[in-house]
Amino acid sequence: MDQTGLADIHGTYTNEKSLLRFLTCGSVDDGKSTLIGRLLYDAKLLLEDQVAALESESKLHGTQGGELDMALLVDGLQAEREQGITIDVAYRYFSTARRKFIVADTPGHEQYTRNMATGASTADLAIILIDARKGVLTQTRRHSRIADLLGIRHIVLAVNKMDLVEYSESRFDDIVHDYRTFVKSQDLGFEDIACIPLSALKGDNVLEPSTSMGWYRGPSLMAHLETVDFTTERSFDAFRFPVQWVSRPNLDFRGYAGTVASGSISPGDRIIVQPGSQQATVNRIVTMDGDQPVAESGDAVTLCLDREIDVSRGDVIAAAEDSVPVTDQFAAHLIWMDDQAKLLPERSYLLKLGTKTIGAAVTRLKYKEDVNSGEHLAADTLELNEVGFVNFNLDQPIAFDAYKDNKALGGFILIDRMSNQTVAAGMVAFGLRRATNLVWQEVDVDKQARAKQNQQKPCLLWFTGFSGSGKSTVANLVEKRLHAMGQRTYLLDGDNVRHGLNKDLGFTDADRVENIRRVAEVGKLMVDAGLIVMASFISPFRSERDLARELFEKDEFIEVFVDASIEACERRDPKGLYQRARDGKIPNFTGISSPYEPPETPEIHLQTEQLTPEEAADLVVAQLQGKQRLLA
Amino acid sequence: MTMANQQAERATVSAGHALPPHLKRLEAESIEIFREVAASFHKPVMLYSIGKDSSVLLHLAVKAFYPAKLPFPLLHVDTTWKFKEMIEFRDRTAKELGLDLMVHINQDGVDKGVGPFTHGSAVHTDIMKTQSLKQALDRHQFDAAFGGARRDEEKSRAKERIFSFRNRAHAWDPKNQRPELWNLYNSRVNKGESVRVFPLSNWTELDIWTYIELENIPVVPLYFAKERPLVWRDGMWIMVDDDRLPMEPDEQPEMKSVRFRTLGCYPLTGAIESTAGTLPELLAEMALSRSSERQGRVIDKDQPGSMEKKKQEGYF
Ligand SMILES: Nc1nc2c(ncn2[C@@H]2O[C@H](COP(=O)(O)OP(=O)(O)O)[C@@H](O)[C@H]2O)c(=O)[nH]1
Repeated sequence: MDQTGLADIHGTYTNEKSLLRFLTCGSVDDGKSTLIGRLLYDAKLLLEDQVAALESESKLHGTQGGELDMALLVDGLQAEREQGITIDVAYRYFSTARRKFIVADTPGHEQYTRNMATGASTADLAIILIDARKGVLTQTRRHSRIADLLGIRHIVLAVNKMDLVEYSESRFDDIVHDYRTFVKSQDLGFEDIACIPLSALKGDNVLEPSTSMGWYRGPSLMAHLETVDFTTERSFDAFRFPVQWVSRPNLDFRGYAGTVASGSISPGDRIIVQPGSQQATVNRIVTMDGDQPVAESGDAVTLCLDREIDVSRGDVIAAAEDSVPVTDQFAAHLIWMDDQAKLLPERSYLLKLGTKTIGAAVTRLKYKEDVNSGEHLAADTLELNEVGFVNFNLDQPIAFDAYKDNKALGGFILIDRMSNQTVAAGMVAFGLRRATNLVWQEVDVDKQARAKQNQQKPCLLWFTGFSGSGKSTVANLVEKRLHAMGQRTYLLDGDNVRHGLNKDLGFTDADRVENIRRVAEVGKLMVDAGLIVMASFISPFRSERDLARELFEKDEFIEVFVDASIEACERRDPKGLYQRARDGKIPNFTGISSPYEPPETPEIHLQTEQLTPEEAADLVVAQLQGKQRLLA
Repeated sequence: MTMANQQAERATVSAGHALPPHLKRLEAESIEIFREVAASFHKPVMLYSIGKDSSVLLHLAVKAFYPAKLPFPLLHVDTTWKFKEMIEFRDRTAKELGLDLMVHINQDGVDKGVGPFTHGSAVHTDIMKTQSLKQALDRHQFDAAFGGARRDEEKSRAKERIFSFRNRAHAWDPKNQRPELWNLYNSRVNKGESVRVFPLSNWTELDIWTYIELENIPVVPLYFAKERPLVWRDGMWIMVDDDRLPMEPDEQPEMKSVRFRTLGCYPLTGAIESTAGTLPELLAEMALSRSSERQGRVIDKDQPGSMEKKKQEGYF
């Protein structure tokens, strides 16, 4: 008869069952998989066919000479099973009468730091596994440091394989002593550490108290997991609500949907919308189960306000008397997660924090942290699994909290604009400058006024294409025509800019990014001055062009793709550059030894193999007229 | 406002319970996922397969956007071999909730007469389900598709992301998945690429049934025991749902009280003997039985790791 199952159902209906998310970390062979498998097996949480599968797979792939190999229960993907190692984060679920558990099972080798960080990001507690024969090792220190970095406050030090050290109390005490000394010396922010001697293989202290370790008076692992208080002492209770989605089903209803990140809110409470300073009063908390008198941390609701103010996705609604810091520069820990590309300082990435996604660049890498020793090292980049402390510069101010206070508004991810990969995870340490009162210098003669006087709507035409595709020729002709029509223009040419403004820059990836950034900023000032600007740059990378585009208002940036095949350009070779690149005299030459990413949806697409330069220029001018940029 | 209020009142009356904390947390997490997708993709769709997970998925979606209507359509990939009661339930649900429901059938497959008896379960599933789904996704250029899969269903799903990236060919690469931290989902895709989104990732089968009970969510009656006509095929009880099922010359279907644990194509879905006609009875029976739900599916049995292979090819 199945006691657990019945108790479970009974529990579901009668108990206030809570949800504990925990992480298991250990290096290969510490017995992590065996421990989780044992936990599920002993608690009778496996189903008959799962046990049958385990029996047959133990015979095929098992490491226990045909005996049940618990590790097979949890090693998920076939490739991993065959290699006998766990290489990704796997999530498992079980529940007892008291709690539902979500286990993030992650590998512990140094090359899997990113996986461990991923699992840790949502965990309330970490089980750190130690092989009793080996004691506290480098990896134990690494796991503890990452757990601390990700804000885990509750630790279980599981000293496994006690059967191999004759269940020795003194051995256990030594390990516990070493561990506590280490935690203290590093000032790790754990609130409690439960140390439990185990044998995952034999089942001692997993579910039932061990008969071989009478000297141990504490709870078994399961008993501890079922009862540990995992709320945190430093609990943060200021109301924060990142707006996810604006709900406007009809003219009478306007609500802001999202999940309460911290604190609570009731109708009648004053709120402030940030970044910004508009205030209002909450008048309804809407859910399909009826209006609610209160919404608390973790609740997904829709808030209605007493007045119409401008709120959009990405804004944070906060308690008026306890507003969120706002900044456009902060310091943060960063864990690099991409195996293809490393961190490029000054490059613009997308940063997602709460429900807001903005452009952001690392302005300074202060140091790299050795995850094994905690030592700070000088560095100019971060690679896969490396942890660094950096300064960020953001395109716009955002509302944030320090990660240690509030994970929901202090944790962020970085996305590469080119590959779309999630390349890093970050934790805000502190803001570097309060932008709350940072306002742009308002000037009386503004862009509109200048534009009107110039009889045109200023814009930037960004010509991109291979060397020799005709960018400069066409841009030149366009400027001539506009000039003849009485328009005010300026042409920014790649080579010319490199002789002056950018003469300090070379052709490394970082320098190319900076080159484009400066040109875009100059173009922006010129557009602000009311000019129609033409910029002619090979600009091979989509992310860099997007970076430029983001500086401008929606229809001010006009991307002109000057399209000619690489073969055609090489035949033309007006400056003899292709020949030199082919001879290996120019490294990183676009089209030969460095890629070109064509625009996906350019505003204007010129196929210069089919057009004369004059026809191409006419097309551009016609487009400007069509877009009503020329008012005369 | 008035309409919304009325609806809200009705909802309050029907939901005279409080969810236990763990279900409340799961519910909020799923709602957050729905909203995130609606806010950050161009053209999402919800894959609706009519089963219990789909029923819960739909219920959560309606909650996520209440009082607004669902900001995306539903898509059912019909293999033409679903149980009749499933199709009736689907059409009734769509009508009652005023849903924008699209049904896609692989006409190519129909023209070639593809079916489980003539072509075998593997070919049938591939052509009428996997290929058919890809056809529909390509045709409508959806960039995000919600599905009801849970991580606890099968081992290879335990490492599935909540936002699962698919390339232009809809393929899943287990070695190249985006890390997923906190509740921060990466929703960037290039043209032609897409994500499958699984709002129920962290739910277990027991969570699903408990939630159905507490929230009063309608499900297809096939989940509850009733006398049904059956034949024994390849170690499973198969229901005689229509006259396409080949019978021996003088074979008569047997009547037995059975229910289904998962629902799919009727010739590929095994019934289990049961007397559980109500939800509490069903929950009690589940606690006694000790087998996982995919056991009744022909498709997972072919070889170990078979689900993983199917997913790489684009199966949900
Ligand atoms: N003697 C003994 N061996 C164990 C114990 N726990 C795990 N092992 C063995 O250690 C090896 C590695 O275990 P596994 O669970 O695969 O480690 P993982 O790589 O951390 O998941 C296997 O051979 C296990 O049987 C234990 O408590 N005592």
